[in-house]
Amino acid sequence: MEITELTVHELQDKLKKKEITLPEITKAYAKRIEEKEKDVQAFLTILAEDAEKQSTEIQQKVDKGEEIGSLAGIPIGIKDNICTKGIKTTCASKMLENFVSPYDATVMEKIKAEGMITLGKLNMDEFAMGASTEYSAFQKTRNPWNLNAVPGGSSGGSAAAVAADLVPWALGSDTGGSIRQPASFCGVVGLKPTYGLVSRYGLVAFASSLDQIGPITKDVEDCAMLLNVITGHDEKDTTSENREKVDYTKAIRNDVKGMRIGIPKEYFGEGIDKEVKEALEKAIQTYQELGATVEECSLDIANYALATYYIIACAEASSNLGRFDGIRYGYRTPNYNNLKELYRHSRSEGFGAEVKRRIILGTYVLSSGYYDAYYKKAQQVRTLVKKEFEEAFQKYDFLLTPTAPNVAFEIGTKSNNPLEMYLADICTVSVNIAGLPGISIPCGVNSKQMPIGMQLIGPKFSEETLLQAAYTFEQKIEFRKKYRPEFKK
Amino acid sequence: MKVSREELLHIAKLADLDLKEEEIDTYLNNLQDILNFANIVNEAPVQGLGETFGANDNCNVFRKDEVKVFEDNASLLSNAPESERNMFKIPKVIQ
Amino acid sequence: MKNNDYEIVMGLEVHAELSTKTKIFCSCPTEFGGEPNTHTCPICMAMPGTLPVLNEKVVEYAVKAGLATNCEIARDSKNDRKNYFYPDLPKSYQISQFDKPLCEHGYIEIETGEGEKKKIRLTRIHIEEDAGKLNHNEFGGGSLVDLNRAGVPLIEIVSEPDLRTTEEVDAYLKKLKSILEYIEVSDCKMQEGSFRADVNVSVRKKGEEKYGTRTEMKNMNSFRSIIRAIEYEADRQIDILEEGGTIEQETLRWDDVSGKTFSMRDKEDAQDYRYFPDPDLVAIRLSEEYIQAMKESLPELPESRKQRYIEEYGLSQKDSNLLTASKYLSNLFEEAEAICKSPKAVANWLLSDVSRILNEKELEPDAIPFTAEQLAKMIQLIEKGTISSAIGKKVITELFENPKDPEEIIKEKGWIQISDEGAIGEVVKKVLEANPQSIADYKAGKDKALGFLVGQAMKETKGKANPQMLNKMFLEELKK
Repeated sequence: MEITELTVHELQDKLKKKEITLPEITKAYAKRIEEKEKDVQAFLTILAEDAEKQSTEIQQKVDKGEEIGSLAGIPIGIKDNICTKGIKTTCASKMLENFVSPYDATVMEKIKAEGMITLGKLNMDEFAMGASTEYSAFQKTRNPWNLNAVPGGSSGGSAAAVAADLVPWALGSDTGGSIRQPASFCGVVGLKPTYGLVSRYGLVAFASSLDQIGPITKDVEDCAMLLNVITGHDEKDTTSENREKVDYTKAIRNDVKGMRIGIPKEYFGEGIDKEVKEALEKAIQTYQELGATVEECSLDIANYALATYYIIACAEASSNLGRFDGIRYGYRTPNYNNLKELYRHSRSEGFGAEVKRRIILGTYVLSSGYYDAYYKKAQQVRTLVKKEFEEAFQKYDFLLTPTAPNVAFEIGTKSNNPLEMYLADICTVSVNIAGLPGISIPCGVNSKQMPIGMQLIGPKFSEETLLQAAYTFEQKIEFRKKYRPEFKK
Repeated sequence: MKVSREELLHIAKLADLDLKEEEIDTYLNNLQDILNFANIVNEAPVQGLGETFGANDNCNVFRKDEVKVFEDNASLLSNAPESERNMFKIPKVIQ
Repeated sequence: MKNNDYEIVMGLEVHAELSTKTKIFCSCPTEFGGEPNTHTCPICMAMPGTLPVLNEKVVEYAVKAGLATNCEIARDSKNDRKNYFYPDLPKSYQISQFDKPLCEHGYIEIETGEGEKKKIRLTRIHIEEDAGKLNHNEFGGGSLVDLNRAGVPLIEIVSEPDLRTTEEVDAYLKKLKSILEYIEVSDCKMQEGSFRADVNVSVRKKGEEKYGTRTEMKNMNSFRSIIRAIEYEADRQIDILEEGGTIEQETLRWDDVSGKTFSMRDKEDAQDYRYFPDPDLVAIRLSEEYIQAMKESLPELPESRKQRYIEEYGLSQKDSNLLTASKYLSNLFEEAEAICKSPKAVANWLLSDVSRILNEKELEPDAIPFTAEQLAKMIQLIEKGTISSAIGKKVITELFENPKDPEEIIKEKGWIQISDEGAIGEVVKKVLEANPQSIADYKAGKDKALGFLVGQAMKETKGKANPQMLNKMFLEELKK
């Protein structure tokens, strides 16, 4: 097996047995990137050369017998909205095309503290707004399973890079499904942690009350390992939760006996692709066979939740993106005679159409006369969504739904219809609105060999339950052994 | 709610965005579509429910009043499109 | 005011900078001055991805300000974003408080005219961040943005429209300033911009109940310019109304040089701040215990100190008021009094000569260079007869220039009073010889002549003769 096909825990085994060295790993990735990146176009910045250098240095320490962490020298890909000191952080926007952050995001500090090596910055929808990565200002990332399909979004670069073995694992961010939906489209594992579990400091804000950074990995065990690295209280983020640190790898246990799973019927109704539905039904059956109790339930909030999501996310975004004004950093128009023109032209030329669309919507719902009808109402619906989930979790350990109503769609088929693109988030947004954890894992492929994702949603801080349930399922269906992306053209 | 062209232009002004003549109709239609859809929140059974502002219930998270100097001061201006004497340069503001 | 048929209705919005060590949402120093953009970090520069964390002292200081002004303290409060674009506002929103300010429904008591008291109600006190500064580039054209002040904590104290005269405004501002100084939450230095006021002004015919349309004036940087601006603006509004016009509700900028207000309509254009709760910050929930602890930590306030001065020291209402208006002056008074035990003398010196010199030099009381001990010692020298009051005045002037032990000053300058009977007798003799007309005048019943003679003798001794002794000896001689 190629080095790049291995999961991180497999790499660790081989390193421990001295079957491979760290420079061999980074070299293998450099080679893989050279071969496949032109097809996938997942990277906005490639740091393969630097990564090789760093891995050589760490290997020398190992050879000298120095104690290093178990993840030292392991490469990682970073979504390009996470600030990296000294390395460009563009948010896939012309606005930040040349922006170099003066500081590291808290998750980057944690990753560096482990001795991990940044292999590159990954493509995304501009400012994380989108569900296909087509709204990147720079390039359209391709789905490794079918190069004419989108990888999903907004963390499409991260999911595609993991699926295509261009990075062993990656960080994404999830505001309404931006980790889970691309993970589902690319046949990999993506976890959106409980709001507040991972520090947002250094994540370029899209919607502050919804954003969370999370892992995108080849399998569930890697997901637990990467979650261990990035979680923890951060004094720089007041919404960060101050709780005792958990070792998520301890949840990697093959057992779901006695677990109670709720199947919200609304997620399986109209608008869900037939093959997706069938794959999910099979997954439900698998859980039953594994000893879990499965029961249909009702969670009648999906439509309200999606509307609420777009109101809240756009309102916050309209304010969060105010700082991009062409004064301290970022794009400045060459066409201005006065301050007003500097502002308006820089912002109009620097932002893409989707970003502007959302800023306009967000400004509208916050403006005087509409605040009560939209923003205030949405905050009440938010309470309703939380309440509905809380009630469901009195009966169930977690809920099982599709991650997306469809498999990855073809490039260009939805990018001109904003509302249709928004509907792609219907299964995922409620989780962000309620601040819950959600994981997407592959549960099969459709007739065209495109992966289908299954989403598990748990109460706050139930990551261990979700990981255990996901791991047990993964061991049973052995998706990675059966299916590989084929780079179909 | 029907959005007028004037309203859209007012909103764009608030957001400091300049819409080109040929873009206005598209943005107007998009905004109208999304608002028509978003109106569903007004049908949600939320009577008596409070507003949720954040995704968690943290409160009273404060910082001690202790000075920490950011060392790499030069990096704070290195992204500036235009600067002079360690300040950001902008067109003359008439006050 | 030109027209006495009208009355002015005013409400004030005062911004006071809190004297915390660090900014409101980051750990940068708040120190005044410094090279441009050196008191900055990624947070106050609004770098992408940064987040605010609220300084606990800001909440503490705002709560103290609320308690000292009789406000109700909110048990449940939050921060909101006020969205607008301006180059001194790096995030393009100001973190402020909208519908749940920390303090509400307070009042401040001021004295109007002769000891009459009036309550000025406070609508609210809330916390917010200051903006940066725009500097004009004298060479290359354009403006330059310095963010050292961006994120410095402020409280905004909003009054109800309870003020009717410029005297009331002056008394209100002085009272508010002294309260904030007493509780040590703000330096209130107007020249550094740490205490500034916007004034809402409307006028109405006397007896009218409805308020007129108000305008808001900004950019006044001294008490004097606030008063001038109000006077100008009230007259402007009255002129418009008298000519049958209507007042437009707008924001005006006061220009101190021309002495006029100017419309700021450009900034006003499309004003809709789109306030909403800041999702980066969590709720502020204050417990009863916390509020009680803040209450107990409050020092004596000017009002109670004033009462004490009247009762304990027998000072007049007016003097007590003047002394307690400044915490520094009041502390200096108490320390000097403790040494020399002459409250009235200390009060007189501070409120006459010392205050006069401060006014001339345009200094605040905290710029007084000498110590309470030096002042007390000078008063004791007068009381012992070592120097006269006239010399005392000279000593005060000297203390401002070159503060040191008054005893040393008078020795160096040769200002010790002449109390020797023989020496004074000689001067008296000399003066009488030179002024026979005055002797005649005195004997003709013109008492004033005595004063003239004493004055001549003081002149002769360069003010050093003991005035009581002079008086006595002249009388003796004249009666002969």
